[in-house]
Amino acid sequence: MKKLIAILLLAVPALALASSGGTQLDSAPVNLHDKLSLQRGAQIFVNHCLNCHGASAMRYSKLTEIGLDEGQIRENLMFATDKVGDPMTTTLDPKEGKAWFGVMPPDLSLVARARGADWLYTYLRGFYRDPAAKSGWNNTVFPNVGMPHVLWEYQGGQVLQAAEHGAGKLVLAEPGKLPPAEYDKYVGDLVNYLVYMGEPARAKRVQIGIVVMFFLAVFFVITVLLKKEYWKDVR
Amino acid sequence: MAVTNKPPVTGAGPLNGILTWFDQRFPLMVLWKSQLSEYYAPKNFNVWYFFGSLALLVLVIQIVSGIFLTMNYKPSAEHAFASVEYIMRDVPGGWIIRYIHSTGASAFFIVVYLHMARGLMYGSYRKPRELTWIFGVLIYLCLMAEAFFGYLLPWGQMSFWGAQVIINLFATIPVIGEDLSVWIRGDYNVSDATLNRFFALHVIAIPMALLGLVAAHLMALHETGSNNPDGIEINENLDPKTGTPVDGIPFHPYYTVKDMVGVAVFLIVFCAIVFFSPEVGGYFLEYNNFLPADPLTTPAHIAPVWYFTPFYAMLRAVPSFFNMQVWGVIVMGAAVMIFFVVPWLDRGRTKSIRYRGPIYRGFFAAFIVSFLILGYLGVEPTNVWGEFGKGIPVVGGDYIATWVARVLTVVYFAFFLLMPWYTARDKEKPVPQRLT
Repeated sequence: MKKLIAILLLAVPALALASSGGTQLDSAPVNLHDKLSLQRGAQIFVNHCLNCHGASAMRYSKLTEIGLDEGQIRENLMFATDKVGDPMTTTLDPKEGKAWFGVMPPDLSLVARARGADWLYTYLRGFYRDPAAKSGWNNTVFPNVGMPHVLWEYQGGQVLQAAEHGAGKLVLAEPGKLPPAEYDKYVGDLVNYLVYMGEPARAKRVQIGIVVMFFLAVFFVITVLLKKEYWKDVR
Repeated sequence: MAVTNKPPVTGAGPLNGILTWFDQRFPLMVLWKSQLSEYYAPKNFNVWYFFGSLALLVLVIQIVSGIFLTMNYKPSAEHAFASVEYIMRDVPGGWIIRYIHSTGASAFFIVVYLHMARGLMYGSYRKPRELTWIFGVLIYLCLMAEAFFGYLLPWGQMSFWGAQVIINLFATIPVIGEDLSVWIRGDYNVSDATLNRFFALHVIAIPMALLGLVAAHLMALHETGSNNPDGIEINENLDPKTGTPVDGIPFHPYYTVKDMVGVAVFLIVFCAIVFFSPEVGGYFLEYNNFLPADPLTTPAHIAPVWYFTPFYAMLRAVPSFFNMQVWGVIVMGAAVMIFFVVPWLDRGRTKSIRYRGPIYRGFFAAFIVSFLILGYLGVEPTNVWGEFGKGIPVVGGDYIATWVARVLTVVYFAFFLLMPWYTARDKEKPVPQRLT
């Protein structure tokens, strides 16, 4: 009996460890409490992503949650609509999108939940020059991706240097507007925003959860005492 | 004047009057006494006995959260995915309801698997409780159907392709298979028609069947009385004065207060998942299901949710014979259906694992281990453990995991099919007269 329970308990973490693989991903600096980072990320998203990608589940008005007021949202972030309750849709026509990139660029509302923050962080820093590719760019985590390196002005141009063992190494051949450390921070802000956008309720969820845990801990103590009181006379 | 000649209700303080009014028009006190306050349960229930009442709790959680989800969910291929995100973002408290429902689905299976393991361990399926067990297996079947239909509703990539794979299993049946799968889908492909009928089955048909079966499960149980970790019938040892079991205690208040402790512990784990990690590393909510269903893009790796994976691993492990794929489906179906006949496979003289011999214990342990490893293999792609070295001739694939799954499938079935043989031969220990 005890052994069985032990087996069951041991099996769960063994299952949880099971999924990994693929390219080595860098850890993304996600901090949903850093409102300034989220605001910078929103700005980058609107300026550089929204031209081709939509975020149709995300309303502009929701950005008040990351510390912006409606005036700021209207002035700095809303270029495609004049209603603050509208979702962040792209103006790109699906037919044109397909013609330009091979596929319509996907909606990014949930991209952080589907791909994971680390994947996005590595992907956005993993573009390199590839004359064979249609857009002139290739990517280490998403080989032969249809998307060009939209942020190349900031990062500069990397090239993939062949290595003797395993995957090649990315080398910055032409510097961009931002030094590498700054660019990492820049992408970090964007990824932070994408994670927020994937689940806007996340920070609140954890907050409420802590209160719920305290409540249940008290409830647990009460039930144990009640049970002990009632069971005093058994046997 | 009293409506009937029943005595008035006493002991409920200020409520005596209203309860008497009800009792004279409805079998209130008879039900209360026979099902709770004078339903005698063995006093030695251990931790395994929490999972029955917890399953009932999860059923209620799923029904209530499900009702609120249907208020904002739209069962159409065009709007389903977006309506789920609408619930997650724009409906006040919607994300809590949705996470409760998605966590509840997995919690239901965890609780039911533990409940079933308890039944196997202590011989709760044995005479006279065969019918309770059969109702239980029917509940398990309904639960699988409910989970399968419900998983299509978010209309994500895994919803779509998971349903595609499972419905295609029916297409492997010779002669009628193709037509049958079209009949299930209502279309040649998983589509809006499929989503709509799955919604109807998920929110009405199966829940109604579940509720009826749960009622029957409890009624059958209360007719025979509960088994216990010793596998001794407490009804065979009555107090001559009171006529109640010497080793029994009234379910209420003793087990109602005890089950509340179980509820508290369960809710702590449940809420920790809901609030801190609702995806559970992609096992409760699969990452690919955050991508909307796309009939033109097949995901690289399609895996069902964890609670189906032991059977999925069996399905994948069975090779095709005579140019037919149906064998894996038969094996998978048999792996579930075989639970129905367990009461008649077991020929042991004792019920509980406590007094069983080493052979039974060995088979039981092997069964549990094979179920868990098959569950793990069903989540992973078949190449998870690599290939055999070149040149070793193996039938139907060189993957190590495929062969491990084949061996474990045999172990799984051996537990059941050899049961009449090994339970009759095992060296059992003497069972005490009274509960320990």
